[in-house]
This record gives sequence, C-alpha cells and structure tokens, in this order.
Amino acid sequence: MRHEVRFSGYGGQGIILSAVILGRAAALYDGKYAVQTQVYGPEARGGASMGQVVIDDAPILYPEVTDPDIYVIMSQQGFEKYGVRARPDAVMLLDTDLVRSRPGCRYCEVPATAEAKGVLGREIVANIVMIGALVTATGVVSREAIERAVLDSVPKGTENLNSKALKRGFELGERACNL
Amino acid sequence: MQGNAACAEGALAAGCRFFGGYPITPSTEIAETMARRLPKAGGVFISMEDELASIAAVIGAAWTGVRAMTATSGPGFSLMMENIGYAAMTETPCVIVNVQRGGPSTGQPTRAAQGDMLQCRFGSHGDYSIIALTPNSVQEMFDLTVKAFNLADRFRVPTFLMTDEIVGHMRERVTIPDSVEVTPRHPLAEGSLPFEAGDDGVPGFAPFGSGRSVHVTGLTHDERGYPDTTDPAAHDRLVQRLVAKVESARRDIADYEVVNPDARTVFVTYGPPSRTVEQVMRDHPDESVGHLRLRVVWPFPEFALEEFPNAKTFLVPELNMGQMVREVQRHVDRPVVLIPKIGGELHTPAELVRALEVHR
Repeated sequence: MRHEVRFSGYGGQGIILSAVILGRAAALYDGKYAVQTQVYGPEARGGASMGQVVIDDAPILYPEVTDPDIYVIMSQQGFEKYGVRARPDAVMLLDTDLVRSRPGCRYCEVPATAEAKGVLGREIVANIVMIGALVTATGVVSREAIERAVLDSVPKGTENLNSKALKRGFELGERACNL
Repeated sequence: MQGNAACAEGALAAGCRFFGGYPITPSTEIAETMARRLPKAGGVFISMEDELASIAAVIGAAWTGVRAMTATSGPGFSLMMENIGYAAMTETPCVIVNVQRGGPSTGQPTRAAQGDMLQCRFGSHGDYSIIALTPNSVQEMFDLTVKAFNLADRFRVPTFLMTDEIVGHMRERVTIPDSVEVTPRHPLAEGSLPFEAGDDGVPGFAPFGSGRSVHVTGLTHDERGYPDTTDPAAHDRLVQRLVAKVESARRDIADYEVVNPDARTVFVTYGPPSRTVEQVMRDHPDESVGHLRLRVVWPFPEFALEEFPNAKTFLVPELNMGQMVREVQRHVDRPVVLIPKIGGELHTPAELVRALEVHR
C-alpha cells in the first residue's frame, strides 16, 4: 500500500531530516520502497519548511507526494501552508504548543517540543520525539527500523539523547494518538 | 541516497579523478561529495572562480589523462558554452552534469525544469555533436554517470548528464556495485597523427606527458593538430568528422525502453516525466497506450519512434515549453502533441490521464 507522509515546520527544526530518517527506515530496514523529496528555498532559513516521503511495498513510480495520508506538522505557518487542506481520512500529528489550528481530519496532539525542552533538556530533538509518536500512531514503519534509521542519521555523541527522544515519542504516541 | 550524491558516487566508481566546479543550486551536493571524496581517492577537487574556469580546468585535466567532470545548473551552464565548443573541437572527453532548474536567467534555483535540452545540443557556436543522457531515478544517477564517462572516452566528446532538481534532490535506495565496467580510452597508435581517425572517426588519445607531442587548438586544424584555418576542405573534413563520429553511431549509443509497441497513442519521455507515465500505465493498464522512454536523448534516436508502427499520436510531456518535442515532430508524419509544464513541479498522473483522454 502506498503511503504519502508530509512533514512541515519551520527551518531549523529538522523537518527534512525527519523525512530522510523515515524514508531510510522504510527503504533500508523494513524492506520497503521509499522516495524522499522536499520543497526547499528561502524557507530553509526560517519560513515554512516541508519534506515528504512516499512509502510503498511495490517499486515507486510517481515520486512526488500529491495527497498525503499522514502529516506531521510542527508550526502554525507549516499548518497553513502544507496541512490545512488535508483530506478527511488523513492522520495528522500536531506539535501541541506550536500549532494553534486544528484540522478537519483525524489528528492527535503531541507536546513534542515541550517534552524535548522540559524532560529531555534539548529542544533540538523535538523532531525525533515526533517521529516516535508518528511510528506508534501509524505503524508506517516498524519501531526497530526507525531506531536504526535514527541512530544512522544523528551526530556521533548524541545517540543516547536521540534514542531517549525516540522512546519518549513512542510513549507519547500511545498516550496521545488513540486514533 | 540523494540523486546528486549517487551521481558523485558513479563518477568515483568510473574512475573520475578531477572535479573543477563552482557550486550552484540545485547541483551543489555533487561538488560537496566530490570535495569530500576525491582527495581520499587520490584525485583533485578544485573550487574554481566561476563556470568558465570550471569547464576550462576540466578540459585541461582531461588532457593530462584523467577522467574529469564538472556539475552545474542553468546559469553556470550558459557560462560554460564557449569552452564546451572548445571541448568538442579538441575532442576532449569530459562529463558535464546539468542539474536543471527553472530559467531563463537565475529563474527558480530550487525548482526543477528540463529547459536546457536544446542548449545542451546547440548552445556553443558552430557545428558539432555531443552525447546527452537523462536519468529518472537515483539509481540511474549512478548508472548513467558511469555510462557518460565511458561514452565520453569512447567517442572523445563532451558528454552530458542532463538531470534536474527532482532527480538530483530525491532520495531513494540505490545499489552500488563493487566495481563498474570502465571502457578505456583508445591510445594513439604508433605512427598515427594525433587527430587521424580510423573508420569510427575517433582518433586515439595521446594525453600530455605520454611521450607524444600534441598540439591542441580550437582553431580548425589538420590531422597533426596544427591550425589550418582558411582551407575549406580542411574545415569540411574536420567538422564533418566531429559530427559524424557521434551521429553515425546513433544506434550504438541509443538507450531506450519500449512499452506496448502496438499502441495507438504513445508517450515519448525522458527524465522524471517518464515516472508519471509509468504510474499512469500501472494504474490504468491499456495496450493501446505505449511509452518510449529515452535514456539517451542526444544523438536523438529517431529510429526508436519506428518501434511503434501503429501509433496514431505521440504525446511528449516535458518540463519546458517544448524542446525535445521538436525532434519527435521532425521524424514522424503523425500528430505530435506537447504536454508542457513549467514552474518546477512534475506532471501529476491525473494531468497525464487528462491529456490521454483529450488526445487519444
């Protein structure tokens, strides 16, 4: 089955890296096919940034995302630009404190940035918390695959912090995303 | 892996040991990867002052005997045109990657286009011929980069990887083999003149330092390499050969895929629009719809169009306002319909389904 996953937030949150990590988990560790693309421009310096991934059991022909069934939104501007038109049966994970609006589709609120800042002590891992919640909420890739993909992708010396962030995301996903 | 990184890996696997370039979006990751990897592979990376110098350095490096490349996008490609002609005239094997973005001018740096396809063929002054390849996946960024180096060496011609922001920045799984097939350059035979060619029109190569003394000039030259700029016959002989060595090998160089040869309506594609067509054909199986997908666009393989003897209409989706469609039109006596798209996004499957409904 083809899944189209879109991440949006502001430049610097690791939005595109999140998409790369998810694609890597699917393509390298879950034996699926994945194509990751992005829209990047001046947005990368602070505006609405967007990265997306197509995941499928079959080889992916059309590589772009046209109508996502899964969203991860980490800023109000990102919601307005890339999330507001989500189809009704889509699933959206929102960073509770950074997105004011709520979509017409199914959604769950994940306090990823608050958790990263308050509990983990580093706001920068909010995207990893969000990825953990995403995997729990949607099962789009396995927990084992995402763990390996996260460890592949983060700077040396930050593995423990990122592992903790991911596990915290798994827990938050269970609690917040009873979809 | 990202498409641009796969291109750099393909170059390294093919034995490229020189990169001269000036970073430009959306090609920069090729330069970044080469800057990181080349010195460790015993090669040389030079960040040049501009694109004129980049292609000049690549030509010079190629004449020292190494495989050499550069990578750029539209604005830099325009600046390279003069020396691309020099590479063609001096029969310098080299690989030029153009990760195309929206133009004209600085246009859309972070958006895809296929707007430089004719510039690639005709952009430098005078008559010459080149080879151009058009990947549609990250895997093909690797595979066709390797192939580009082999073709460049075999025909002693500047060879282009004409890709775009979509394929350059896309990430997909890629399989990198332990080794790739490398076609060595033909050495210049003992007793042959430096620009004396055999039946294939391609002279042997005697790089600087190989013990042979070779004069290299952009002026019209004789088989010794010395200028002979007024004799009509000398110019005719040289330039006819530069064109013929590529054009007469069209069938040999050609690389394309044919799907549903009995089709009545046939898509002709290259680069990423081919993936939209593949998606449409998977979602709506229909033997009356065919697909000719070109991996080599120059020299244009017009004989490939004959693989569809029942075709009534050819549809050509391009990320421009009509470039390769002219080649298709030139070679068939049936309707050829351009499906243009500019602005940076790939044709969606729905758009091509609509085009099929209107034109079939």
